[in-house]
Amino acid sequence: MLDGLFGPFIEFGFMRRALVGCLALSVGATPVGVFLMLRRMSLTGDAMAHAILPGAAIGYLVAGLSLGAMTVGGIIAGLTVALLSGFVTRATILREDASLAAFYLVSLALGVLIVSTRGSNVDLLHVLFGTVLALDNAALYLMAGIATVTLGALALLFRPLVMECLDPAFLRSVSRTSSLAHYAFLTLAVLNLVGGFHALGTLMAVGIMILPAAAARFWAREIFGLLVAAVLIAVLSSVAGLLLSYYYNLPSGPAIILTAGIFYGLSLIVGREGSLLAHYWPGRHLEA
Amino acid sequence: MAFTKPHIVFDNVTLGYERHPAVHHLDAVLAPGTLTAVVGPNGAGKSTLLKGIIGTLRPLEGRIALKGIARDQIAYLPQQAEMDRSFPVSVFDMVAMGLWRHIGPFRGLSRQYEDRVHEAMAAVGLTGFEHRAVGSLSGGQMQRALFARLLLQDAPIILLDEPFNAIDTRTASDLLALIKRWHGEERTVVAVLHDLDQVREHFTDTLLLARELVAAGPTAEVMTADNLFRARQLCEAFDEQAAICARATGGWRLR
Repeated sequence: MLDGLFGPFIEFGFMRRALVGCLALSVGATPVGVFLMLRRMSLTGDAMAHAILPGAAIGYLVAGLSLGAMTVGGIIAGLTVALLSGFVTRATILREDASLAAFYLVSLALGVLIVSTRGSNVDLLHVLFGTVLALDNAALYLMAGIATVTLGALALLFRPLVMECLDPAFLRSVSRTSSLAHYAFLTLAVLNLVGGFHALGTLMAVGIMILPAAAARFWAREIFGLLVAAVLIAVLSSVAGLLLSYYYNLPSGPAIILTAGIFYGLSLIVGREGSLLAHYWPGRHLEA
Repeated sequence: MAFTKPHIVFDNVTLGYERHPAVHHLDAVLAPGTLTAVVGPNGAGKSTLLKGIIGTLRPLEGRIALKGIARDQIAYLPQQAEMDRSFPVSVFDMVAMGLWRHIGPFRGLSRQYEDRVHEAMAAVGLTGFEHRAVGSLSGGQMQRALFARLLLQDAPIILLDEPFNAIDTRTASDLLALIKRWHGEERTVVAVLHDLDQVREHFTDTLLLARELVAAGPTAEVMTADNLFRARQLCEAFDEQAAICARATGGWRLR
């Protein structure tokens, strides 16, 4: 049993690397996902992830499958779309969801177009779905670095971020940190999506951010517990997903995300806070 | 005193949306230490005026001058707090954010500050609700919690937008007592209100608005039948084809 759990990681270097990468993502990207969810930006995260594609693709066009070029391209493209769609929302009649959708559809199409003019379908799959079993040292350093920066930044921005979600008008009335918190957070989201895309691809990177966060929402009543629960769920999903993919010869990225999906489904049904169980079988009511 | 007490001067202020004025060429002063009611028909620009003071809406024309006070020292309770009631945070933590000026983004709550939060919650009758989630509060309890946060803000100028909307009379009278306590502490309190009897009974000053200023000053002088009638007449409908105001100057937002 223990051998079954630890064996693959002890025996194979690529499994250890995959695990380290996924743990870095779980620790860094998942808390960002919690805030995305609480800010009702889950779909924004998805849109930004798609928007990263053309940037990464241009990096790929310039330098081939180079980590640095694709990372820088992805960050630039992600930030551009996040800022432009925010600007369009504020300056025009279009709501944020519509402007984001417009931007990310265009970028997705552009990205696929750029990759396929130069590369093979294999390369396209690599960018779209990641290669968690082929992470090199540079990629691991990048992902661990992003996780470190993210945790530091979240610790510094924690209070403004929470207040920006809870009562934005109030934060704006007492402090000028409101827009700083907002843009710093958008930057963190893009950074983590770019980090996640090396392992899980642009289409799946959001999964490790949002699914654990959504699952954790059914277990925690306060924000701190929510963050801890989400990270735990992400770690469990990473380990379980990698093991499943090892034993049943499944593609790893989808296996990890699907495992997180199973946690989400279970939490949705039996969670402690506001789950289906609580909704349909609340128990007998109290005295007061 | 060497410096002036904080007050607010409106100098030919026009506030509005998409070039249509909601407050039109307002000249007025909110004097320090007054308890001012802002009264007027629906659509008279009362909430807009508060948004102008707090700076979320920039004047289309004119100037709102804050004298002797910075914008972030003004406490403001919007009409429907933009609060996300589903956010997982306790009532205690929400109220404690009224201490922002002291704790800022980083500092923790010392024992002394914790006590102040408990005192504020006791003052609004919410003792025992500390660990409840904000989402579990009723409308009236929420308003009490928001008043507790205002208490902690300890601001010299307090703006309240329809603070007694949709809450029961008991809660309203408790909160009114707090407002009068603030007045006793020589803070300037501005409240948008609809209950004219309440205004006559408790508020020293009144600003009667119907897009244009109808009257401002001591409540008894402003709240005459004549003025109230004029206010109702003045507040005409939003006109899609309205011409450019003859008194308008300039036309660019970017300055």
